[in-house]
Amino acid sequence: MLEQSPSPAVAPAGPPPATPVADAPKEKFVRPRSQRIGIGGWLAVVWLAIVLVSAVVIPMVIKDAAIPGAVSGQGILKVSGHPLGGDNAGNDMILQLAKGARSSLLVGLGAVLIGLFIGGSLGLIAGYFRGRIDTALSSFFNILLAIPQFVLAVALVSALANDSIGNNGIPVVVSAHRRLFVLIFALGIVAIPILARITRANTLQWAQREFVLAARAQGAKNRRIMVREVLPNVMPAMFSIALLGIAVAMVAEGGLSILGVGVHLPNVSWGSLISAGYPFLSTQPYLVFEPIVCLFLTVLSLNYLGDVVRARFDVRESAL
Amino acid sequence: MRSFRRSRARRAEERFPDAPLDGPLLDVNEIRTYFKTERGLVRAVDGVSLTLERGKTLGVVGESGSGKSVLSRSIMGLLPSNVERRGSIRFEGREIGSADTETMRQYWGTQMSMVFQDPMTSLNPVMRVGNQITESLKYHLDVSSDYADETALALLTSVGIPEAERRMREYPHQLSGGMRQRVMIAIALACGPKLLFADEPTTALDVTVQAQILELLQAQQRERFMAVVLVTHDLGVVAGRADDTAVMYAGQIVEHARTRELFTHTSHPYTEALLKSIPKLAQPSHTRLEAISGRPPDLVNPPAGCKFAARCPYAQPRCLESEPPLDDTARPGHAFRCFFPVGTDAGRDALERNLTAGVTASGMRVGREGGQIATGSAVGV
Repeated sequence: MLEQSPSPAVAPAGPPPATPVADAPKEKFVRPRSQRIGIGGWLAVVWLAIVLVSAVVIPMVIKDAAIPGAVSGQGILKVSGHPLGGDNAGNDMILQLAKGARSSLLVGLGAVLIGLFIGGSLGLIAGYFRGRIDTALSSFFNILLAIPQFVLAVALVSALANDSIGNNGIPVVVSAHRRLFVLIFALGIVAIPILARITRANTLQWAQREFVLAARAQGAKNRRIMVREVLPNVMPAMFSIALLGIAVAMVAEGGLSILGVGVHLPNVSWGSLISAGYPFLSTQPYLVFEPIVCLFLTVLSLNYLGDVVRARFDVRESAL
Repeated sequence: MRSFRRSRARRAEERFPDAPLDGPLLDVNEIRTYFKTERGLVRAVDGVSLTLERGKTLGVVGESGSGKSVLSRSIMGLLPSNVERRGSIRFEGREIGSADTETMRQYWGTQMSMVFQDPMTSLNPVMRVGNQITESLKYHLDVSSDYADETALALLTSVGIPEAERRMREYPHQLSGGMRQRVMIAIALACGPKLLFADEPTTALDVTVQAQILELLQAQQRERFMAVVLVTHDLGVVAGRADDTAVMYAGQIVEHARTRELFTHTSHPYTEALLKSIPKLAQPSHTRLEAISGRPPDLVNPPAGCKFAARCPYAQPRCLESEPPLDDTARPGHAFRCFFPVGTDAGRDALERNLTAGVTASGMRVGREGGQIATGSAVGV
């Protein structure tokens, strides 16, 4: 009487599901090729892990890494114990890069988290309720998108966290933390509409599904449906965009550093390292290339992982 | 938090003190559901009245677009926002026809619930089956997680899912279509509703599973003394299962009677056509299926007279001019909308006239082919 195997008309077209026999060993689930993480994906994970661990650990372990006898303008790439050389102030580049990773990752993650929370919630609300709420919120996103992100960031940093000359003529140096927060906030504002639109588009699609109506028919409230039914389905799309967003925010911070409104000393970021090393490109090219390679590999890894996440959780590609 | 949830559960009890056990469970009067579209108002449900006693089954039959699904959603109040709903709906004597969503939420799940057509899309793909059942239990009945889990397990077992304990932890895509529909039924039954809408519960399923699901629904209904509105396009599903059957066409009920009466004394030509379109085992092989030619009328500008006249082999000029009322004076308890009902002298004469003329009053060709009446494009092939 009870069906012992999935009926052919409704069986998923993809990998054969395990037959529901009690003692049968669980059939190994083989993912389609498009869904595997792959060598590239693992390389990306490894690189990001290295960056993350170094960013946390290295500045804690190496407190003082001044290279004795460092003189400005001299190439000191080959100093024993300092494989990546040192900068013109005599700081070990490994330490500088690790510190840079801290700031860059903080800015990237912080901006995207702001975008995820604010943009995600607004997008969810817009896509779920539709109608006037959607129109209002969508116009808000479009207005945010229309503001050039660089101009906005420069303006915010200049207005809120810039060194200035006080009323008594004494220069006021802004705290590095304040600058970091304003940077994260400025780039977060840029991330909000992007994540909001992705969330909204996916919510529009998922909120039409019958299981949402079924949840309503069971008496679930809107908030509950949004959080428990829609959000988990929208999450993969949000995450894949968020990974790309981290990369974009890191690059944007680098650009701002070159404009002089990136992180503030004593914080350094990869962008500010590039900016600081740029005048010495002809004599000490490694000062620029090392942070560039770090930034490049990190952005590449994040982009690649974003694609992997999207493919892995895409229902269409999972052939269910 | 705890006390807040307790008070909510208490409030729910206060809202539904023991309702009077006499009187119908559901009493729908002249309900109209219009969709506002760019083309105009689509009259999806246009003046439907029905009553349903506790523990009974009402079959609602009609082809696609006849308004049968919209009817059940209208009664439940599960309609999109571009809809105008009028008319009176009384549930246990309480008027809910004009209730807002907030009020209706008190009814959803605990008083009335719904099983949807497609079990592939009506379960959340990223939530474990067990959680989907315990969700509403915990919310409505304010029970502990352990108790909810036990109840869910018992429910899954009672809807015939083997190894329920393992299935609880699985995701919907790991279940077959029949299994998923069983899970849907378990979810709908979780909070013990008094009224269950089954919206084409077997349409998306394999034929071999359909009968099992219908039997399961029937068994659960008997056990729980629950009323069921069984919406289907298949008269065969209704036969033997529904106490009453209403046949819908173009948003209206065209025939409504006890199911046995409806099958033995079919009066409306549309019901007759639906019955004829079911293939029968007794027929010799290669018998042509009697499809109903034409399509349902435009619900934005419905025709003036009888809605079925354009496709009806009995249609007379009178049918095009005025609309027959839903009337049960001819056979008490058996209401139908037709001037020339099937099986009466008036009906036989009307058909004979049309056959002689070769065309009905609405201009549809009609003729005899073998022992059958052929209509529309089928004539003279």
